[in-house]
Amino acid sequence: MKKFLIVSGLAALFLACGGGEEKKSESAASTPAGAEPAASAPASGGDASKGIGKFTKVDVSPTLDVKMAESGQTVFDVKCAACHKLTDERLVGPGWKGVTTRRTPEWIMNFATNVDEMLAKDADAQAQLEICLVRMPNQNLTDDDARHVLEFMRKNDGVK
Amino acid sequence: MTNKSILGLAALAVALSYGSCKPKDASTAVSGDAAVKAYVPPGKYDEFYNFVSGGFSGQMAVYGLPSGRLFRVVPVFSVDPEKGYGYSEESKPMLNTSHGFVPWDDLHHPELSQTNGEIDGRWVFGNANNTPRVARIDLTTFRTAEIIELPNSAGNHSSPFITENTEYVVAGTRFSVPVGDNLDVPIDTYKKNFKGTISFISVAKEGAMDIAFQLLLPGVNFDLSHAGKGPSHGWFFFSCYNSEQANTLLEVNASQRDKDFILAVNWKKAEEYLKAGKGIKKQVKYAHNVWSDETHSAKSEIRTEVTVLDPTELKDICYFIPCPKSPHGCDVDPTGEYIVGSGKLAALIPVFSFTKMQKAIGDKAFDGDFGGIPVIKYEAALHGEVKKPGLGPLHTEFDGKGNAYTSFFVSSEIVKWNIKDLAVLDRAPTFYSIGHLCIPGGDSKKPSPKYVIAYNKITKDRYLPTGPELAQSAQIYDISGDKMQLINDFPTIGEPHYAQAAPASVIMPNSVKIFKIEENKNPYVSKGEKEAKVVREGNKVHVYMTSIRSHFSPDNIEGIKIGDEVYFHVTNLEQDWDIPHGFAIKGANNAELLIMPGETQTLKWVPDRVGVFPMYCTDFCSALHQEMQGYVRVSPAGSNVPLTFSLGKLPAADTASKK
Repeated sequence: MKKFLIVSGLAALFLACGGGEEKKSESAASTPAGAEPAASAPASGGDASKGIGKFTKVDVSPTLDVKMAESGQTVFDVKCAACHKLTDERLVGPGWKGVTTRRTPEWIMNFATNVDEMLAKDADAQAQLEICLVRMPNQNLTDDDARHVLEFMRKNDGVK
Repeated sequence: MTNKSILGLAALAVALSYGSCKPKDASTAVSGDAAVKAYVPPGKYDEFYNFVSGGFSGQMAVYGLPSGRLFRVVPVFSVDPEKGYGYSEESKPMLNTSHGFVPWDDLHHPELSQTNGEIDGRWVFGNANNTPRVARIDLTTFRTAEIIELPNSAGNHSSPFITENTEYVVAGTRFSVPVGDNLDVPIDTYKKNFKGTISFISVAKEGAMDIAFQLLLPGVNFDLSHAGKGPSHGWFFFSCYNSEQANTLLEVNASQRDKDFILAVNWKKAEEYLKAGKGIKKQVKYAHNVWSDETHSAKSEIRTEVTVLDPTELKDICYFIPCPKSPHGCDVDPTGEYIVGSGKLAALIPVFSFTKMQKAIGDKAFDGDFGGIPVIKYEAALHGEVKKPGLGPLHTEFDGKGNAYTSFFVSSEIVKWNIKDLAVLDRAPTFYSIGHLCIPGGDSKKPSPKYVIAYNKITKDRYLPTGPELAQSAQIYDISGDKMQLINDFPTIGEPHYAQAAPASVIMPNSVKIFKIEENKNPYVSKGEKEAKVVREGNKVHVYMTSIRSHFSPDNIEGIKIGDEVYFHVTNLEQDWDIPHGFAIKGANNAELLIMPGETQTLKWVPDRVGVFPMYCTDFCSALHQEMQGYVRVSPAGSNVPLTFSLGKLPAADTASKK
């Protein structure tokens, strides 16, 4: 697995010249025909580490919100566990161990809720797709679901 | 329109069309800008949804207009192995009837629900002509949501037309039959023992159908119908033929009289009688089947009672209006004032006036009665006749601008005429032998008069030949100008009878994308792989299975024995639009499953031999779709191979000894 800094550096490069790439993306299949994909700029004025989507600033406490993490686990069981292990072992998608140290909270929540655009435009997400070769399904997580899953990931990474 | 006599005329019609000097060649009928008008570029949407009956396919097809592109075939009255409809345990009850499971029927007429006489995009109804039923299709899912069977009925043809607020959907018997206690009667006692019935099925706000009442009527063939609207709201009109009451060789014997009838039904009056307790409860047997998007399954119940009103006793519900020569179409114009009858064998089109009909009833301008129902004097109800419009008028739709468009089967053409002065304005050939026709909203108060579509019975030389059996077709004419202009045609599934069309904007925004997995109430759902399992109950084995790109869980199952019935309850864990998974297993005697995101569907499998059986996903889902597979081991009866299941355990041999 590539180091985070290198990956995000590459991401910046891709994003800088990536305009032409977007059109041939696979996401056309799930984008309504005739509707131009909304051009959402990378979050936080081009900070690629935050991914692409509505989450530009996620407040994360140093301690765990136990209730949120429990709710996140429920979502995980139904919608995520088929493809993600809690260890660092890859199943269909990457294992979740350490994900909260590899990715920013914003990137995680944007990827979970805005999969198609992320896979079309975000270099980190695209690099991951090259490894796994299965597009992460859009599991229609609500914003709260995504936040709760993030908290569960933090718990899995040892936050108390 | 499936009448044998009509089909018999088909060859003649084609022969005539070749013999005549009318231009019947497509190259002369299509003008230069047709392609531009019909072209919908890749990635662009059509303007209208077109719901076209599949006829003897039993299904309903959904096309785009003006492109003619086929989007979906909705399974309604026939099994559809492609979608698992009628094969999955959940969908089997949809096809239950008082005769048991009926896997096929003949769907003739789609009718879109209306509010205030305008298409509202909630549902489209369809009729089963053979084993009489009415279906309601939900236009958020494009699936059959409900089917109700009709007792005391045979050949449900004049159906499923609706009132202007979808208060009722109607069903009238094409075949009169003996009803009541004495059913075992000689066929040649038709006049004495056979009855026609018309059912008024109430439709609740959320869609639930219920037979509110049935009218017991003289034995004739009820053919088509349409509701009054505006000033005539509260009335319903049914064409009927065979007033000769023949029971054999109807081709000849039911074509003797100069005039048959249109039956006018005052259903508001019928409601009053019903409220006053004038209905008679009859013991009958009919199925009522409802699909649930929460449990993702259907329930069928057998109902046993229906309320019958007798219009020969309750005098002011029903009136007959004479109508020339075996009337077929019975169409009411957007104002609700004019009722157009189309005699299949006539060379004119009579147009009746609702106002004059009301006056005639008030004045008792009757010409005796037929089977105890008063017959209004023809001239007293007549607005006028369209003279020499063509041969064999069948159906009429309206443009809302004062014009009517009538299809002519025998002379293979659409004729445009003015309702008020009855003058013929334009005619256009069809290729060949048109049955029904459709203008979007053309039977409502508010048509969208951009196109008229012809649905043709015969295509002969129109397309590349495919052996003896040829596709039937639809042809689209632009009617935005004074003259009809043929712009496109396309082959259809089955036989297109009636069709309706609605602006995309009425339906498209409500289309469901996925079913929420959290709301799945199927008793065999697995909400996540954690809940995947295999449970034995005697000789029944329930496999709670999940599917997600791109694996099943579990995908290795052992301990199944000969004599077991295995139920695969497959839950699709995907929550993304357009990601169904399929499920098939070798040797299954039924079909595949096609499981939408968030849904659970069940396939029953009775293994017939010892061995290892592969199962796989049938709907291409990802780059690793071809890897989406698994194995089931079947051992001999009495074997002691323990029941085990797993996912991702290697080597496979280890799992056999593992609990």
